[in-house]
Amino acid sequence: MDILIQGLLLGGLYCLFSLGLSLMFGVMRLTNIAQGDFIIAAGFAAVSLAPLFDGQLLLTGLALLPLAFAAGYLVQRSLLNRTLGKDPLPSLVVTFGLSIVIQNLLQELYSANPRALEVGALSTDNLALGGTVVGTLPLLILLAALLATAGLQLLFARTAIGRAFRAVSDDREVAELMGLRASRVYATATALAFALIALAGVFQAMRTTVAPSDGPMLLLFAFEAVIIGGMGSFWGTFVGAMALGLSQQAGFSLDPGWGVWFGHLVFLAVLLLRPNGLFPKTRG
Amino acid sequence: MSAPLLQTVALEARYGDAQALFGIDLSMEAGETVAIIGANGAGKSTFLKALTGLVAVAADSVRIDGRASGGLAPGDIVRQGVAMVPEGRRLFPSLSVEENLLMGGYARRPGPWNLRRLYAMFPILAEKRRQPGTALSGGQQQMVAIGRALMSNPRLLLCDEISLGLAPIVIKEIYDALPAITAEGMSVVVVEQDVMVAQRVSQRLYCFQEGRVSLQGASDGFTREQISAAYFGV
Repeated sequence: MDILIQGLLLGGLYCLFSLGLSLMFGVMRLTNIAQGDFIIAAGFAAVSLAPLFDGQLLLTGLALLPLAFAAGYLVQRSLLNRTLGKDPLPSLVVTFGLSIVIQNLLQELYSANPRALEVGALSTDNLALGGTVVGTLPLLILLAALLATAGLQLLFARTAIGRAFRAVSDDREVAELMGLRASRVYATATALAFALIALAGVFQAMRTTVAPSDGPMLLLFAFEAVIIGGMGSFWGTFVGAMALGLSQQAGFSLDPGWGVWFGHLVFLAVLLLRPNGLFPKTRG
Repeated sequence: MSAPLLQTVALEARYGDAQALFGIDLSMEAGETVAIIGANGAGKSTFLKALTGLVAVAADSVRIDGRASGGLAPGDIVRQGVAMVPEGRRLFPSLSVEENLLMGGYARRPGPWNLRRLYAMFPILAEKRRQPGTALSGGQQQMVAIGRALMSNPRLLLCDEISLGLAPIVIKEIYDALPAITAEGMSVVVVEQDVMVAQRVSQRLYCFQEGRVSLQGASDGFTREQISAAYFGV
């Protein structure tokens, strides 16, 4: 029971790691290798911003989200749009390069030491829940992941911008014939993804620590969650993140060194048995 | 005298190294329906792509209302009132019928066409508006593709091979909707492989052969031999 709950809570964090990746891949078939490093960078940005708001993390987060949104829009318009095309290689190479640049920049600015956001009593606050004790912060993170997933799914299914996302993803040329500017639609998607990345970074810095070299590990978790879930929907990503969190937690309970390894095993098993993930995209 | 709605002047277009159009001169007035016929590879589809901005061309080789419109982005051209029904329909697979139609209205040109009027013209689409566009029959998908183009309230509608792969009765049903579309002065270009259909629905006709105009004039003014000669170049 404890494993189940702790696993789902961990999955909530992984879900936030992976939604941005899932969103960018879904709209423009771009795999953002720098996803993890952007999360870490957002964590550090929050660490730097927090003193300006007297350590009020809610305000810090609220200030960071629009900044991240704008940064995402600019990164896409100025850089990533140039890498898109039939060949996926340029975007992979460029985001891989970005990953290295960000890691070194963060080392230069913050040194290699891990940093964290001071959360005060929230770090130990807990709730008694059905015979087990659950940390308030992890519960908040899971709640945020649920809301973000539901929000994204709703945005895609019900709004005009969601319709535009799906249309350019389906057929960019015809979408442009209708008057859409794909480069702007892509930039909006990346802006949204960066807002989600900022959220993930803040929570990561609250829950544990961020260090400049952590990015690739977070990318790996995000990537595994997306692949396990399949590309069908954001709920697929959510379920994939839960599956990853649960398997890691099960591994941890057997041996503290096995957690991450167990996650990889489940990931490989899914790749072997259901290469398209648990919720593959259905197309007519 | 005012400038023609659409005019191409020595229009040339190429894909990479391969030149597809060698100086097309074509002109049409508001309210006209013009057919373009020709064999595969004659340049018909390239011509429509050049008009809609999908293939880069010299600025003053395409004129809309006398204004140079060649080389503009597709979005700018649709906002000037030129909409296309692409070959093979190309509905958005992850959008429902109604969402496909709404995408067509993205340019927000004012005019008579809206969802209600389209559903009145093609009642079957109203019935299936929540289904994915690709779940419909070929003829119904073609209605969606035409409706999607109409939603931008164009002055000029370009139809690329709308009869391709459809049963004759369905083709007739779709072309029977044409008079209702042109009644308010909309101009239409139909690119057709079926010469008989092309002659029946249009007032004037152009035949393309290897990227050049090989025949042009009133649609009912040609003998079968004349068309066949222009079509195949024999």
